[in-house]
Amino acid sequence: MSTNSNIAQDDTAVAQEVRELILKKYPAKVARKRAKQIIVNQIEDNDQAPEIMANTRTIPGILTMRGCAYAGCKGVVLGPTRDILQITHGPIGCGFYSWLTRRNQTRPKTADGTNFMPYAMSTDMQEEEIIFGGEKKLKKAIEEAISLFHPKAIGIFSTCPVGLIGDDVHAVAREMEEKYPEVNIFGFSCEGYKGVSQSAGHHIANNKVFSKVVGQIEQHVEGEYRFNILGEYNIGGDAFEIERIIERCGMTLHSTFSGNSEYEEFASAHTVDLNVVMCHRSINYMADMMEKRYGIPWFKISFIGAEATAKSLRKIAAYFGAPELMEKVEKVIAEEIYHVEAVRQEVKARCEGKTAMLFVGGSRAHHYQDLFTEIGMKTVSAGYEFAHRDDYEGRKVIPNIVVDADTRNIEELTVEADPTRYRPRKTAGELQQLEQREHMGFNEYLGMMAEMKSGDLIIDDLNHHEAEVLMEKYKPDIFCAGIKEKYVIQKGGVPLKQLHSYDYSGPYAGFRGAINFYREIDRMVNSNVFRFIKAPWQKNPELSGSYAWNR
Amino acid sequence: MRKIAIYGKGGIGKSTTTQNTVAALTEMGKKVMIVGCDPKADSTRLILGGLSQNTVLDTLRESGEDLDLDDVIKLGFKGTRCVESGGPEPGVGCAGRGIITSINLLEQLGAYSEKFGIDYVFYDVLGDVVCGGFAMPMREGKAKEIYIVVSGEMMAMYAANNICKGIVKFAEAGGVRLGGLICNSRKVDNERALIGALADKLGTQMIHFVPRDNVVQRAEINRKTVIDFEATAGQANEYRQLARAIDQNQMFVIPKPIPMDELEALLIKFGMDQ
Repeated sequence: MSTNSNIAQDDTAVAQEVRELILKKYPAKVARKRAKQIIVNQIEDNDQAPEIMANTRTIPGILTMRGCAYAGCKGVVLGPTRDILQITHGPIGCGFYSWLTRRNQTRPKTADGTNFMPYAMSTDMQEEEIIFGGEKKLKKAIEEAISLFHPKAIGIFSTCPVGLIGDDVHAVAREMEEKYPEVNIFGFSCEGYKGVSQSAGHHIANNKVFSKVVGQIEQHVEGEYRFNILGEYNIGGDAFEIERIIERCGMTLHSTFSGNSEYEEFASAHTVDLNVVMCHRSINYMADMMEKRYGIPWFKISFIGAEATAKSLRKIAAYFGAPELMEKVEKVIAEEIYHVEAVRQEVKARCEGKTAMLFVGGSRAHHYQDLFTEIGMKTVSAGYEFAHRDDYEGRKVIPNIVVDADTRNIEELTVEADPTRYRPRKTAGELQQLEQREHMGFNEYLGMMAEMKSGDLIIDDLNHHEAEVLMEKYKPDIFCAGIKEKYVIQKGGVPLKQLHSYDYSGPYAGFRGAINFYREIDRMVNSNVFRFIKAPWQKNPELSGSYAWNR
Repeated sequence: MRKIAIYGKGGIGKSTTTQNTVAALTEMGKKVMIVGCDPKADSTRLILGGLSQNTVLDTLRESGEDLDLDDVIKLGFKGTRCVESGGPEPGVGCAGRGIITSINLLEQLGAYSEKFGIDYVFYDVLGDVVCGGFAMPMREGKAKEIYIVVSGEMMAMYAANNICKGIVKFAEAGGVRLGGLICNSRKVDNERALIGALADKLGTQMIHFVPRDNVVQRAEINRKTVIDFEATAGQANEYRQLARAIDQNQMFVIPKPIPMDELEALLIKFGMDQ
């Protein structure tokens, strides 16, 4: 114990020094703000993490990692679903660069199943539409899309100019729906400038999918132990691996929001008995709203890491409570872990003691620490791009989060119990019993900081200056972020693993995903290639000489 | 070629003053082009004897990029070349962007070419400088001289002061200068002295005081400038004087906008003088 606390004290001293070094570079006002967003973790006995400032505007001029509200709505939440025809209302760049063909994978259930992912659809707004308004062109685009593709549903995504010139995408959606009642048409006011980051877009997406899609269809696929996974986006095929495991366990994954998903799965998602939440940040709104309106309980799980996957499967099985299910789940875990363990031991021998940094997303910086732990690697610093205080400190701080103008800018739906369809899945007594016996953590998320060590450095909305200081001072063995950071970090001699698109590899979720990740990290941290970042002549000149006039 | 933009509060009489001044300049033998920068497209009505102009933006929409200058320029009183930018209906789209597109297109089409022998281009701009688009004539040296139409009414003076802020902003990059205030009288007490004092404060001049006269209204009903409708009227001479003053103007300044309380103090001083 005393060695542990000594280590924590050393780590704290290092983290404090790095923090000071980062802040020293800033003008006073910027330093004051960043000081609240750069926190040395300190976990007391009650698991209470220190307060961190999050979800506030990035200071202009800082090279942030963040994206925009449109990216969060169109790219992240709705992007991975295959048969909602998605039209970007705006200039072509927004639609094209949010296509994400390398990130989003999907598998229609039948060979001729609808899949719009190979298409990027946009109104290709031109100067004329900016001047005279773009509603006419949007209507034309919708009519063209319906005549060509006959979709069940169409989503319209607003880009910045749409908000600036005042096009009413919702009025267009209503008008078109009256004309084509067989198509569910809905618009998102997800103009890029709304909110602080892509997080605003997630909320906007949740609201519309909840109010216009969920609950539209009462028929559903039959099956035992039916549940939804919320906040899983099938990056690198993660959803395929999760589906494989759940099927092996004999449970029914009704729908995933929104990895490898279909419209009808969303529309009938309210018929299941449980929601489990992967990415708390992007989709906790949906979990809360579905519980209030339909009575579906939710708890937090994670399929990132073999241990986390096993734990999550056990929790889901325990919720349903059938002994034969729990037995089956144990059997599956034992078989899968057997394969994982062989690779894990081998990789761990080479990776033990190495260090990692994670600055990504609103949940990934947390989840991926488990995978590193499994191969003996330590996470020394981490932070989110767009998460809120509850993702750092746990949901218990939600009542204390100051609601600012940026948050008020995003609609908060008032949800009440559905008069006919509200059906509590468990009695209050049953829920309480499950909580006590199995520590389910209904409606709970403890946050990233509570599960990190004292002395780790937590940084919200990391920027390039800060990344450079971290690199210099910590010299991590691997850095996890996105494409915007990748080459800066790698030119500094540290491998960077993208966790937005997995550098086109994956999956990393579930058991087989864990194996893929171990191997990938082993390959990266033990590679010799980064030794050659400095060319030989940068270290030792191949020729030497002197200027003639110095002779 | 002198490029002049006329700004001022909405309804102050920019279009009427511009067209009458242009008519007087043409009488002096000057060759003038008017570019209307108001989505209502009513900046050239008196010079053309009615509203019959195809706007640049409508023409652009109908015939695409391959349009001729002749499609959008009409000749009016004494050969004055008339262009209307046009724009969207109220409440739709972005009129400011329309002005930018329109002026760029006119440049591409060679509307300012030497071969037309133009002495003056007048930009008649909608109301206040509400957004970047309406500042377009000031930007990048599209217009070099600004005249602000103002009266002794508080809001007109307030708008004039705001426009001066816009001029300061573009003065360095675009080289734009303020040529003076044109007082279009509303018969406010002490109006001439008041606007004279405002001009002093802003560091400019009141280039002319145009008195109020109902002949302007009668001429407008007949779709004509006063010069054209009743050349011998006293009001016609006022516009001729204004035209001459602009033609001979040597005073071009970067204005010094004044704080709100100073503006109010000015109003109180001259209003209380009674």
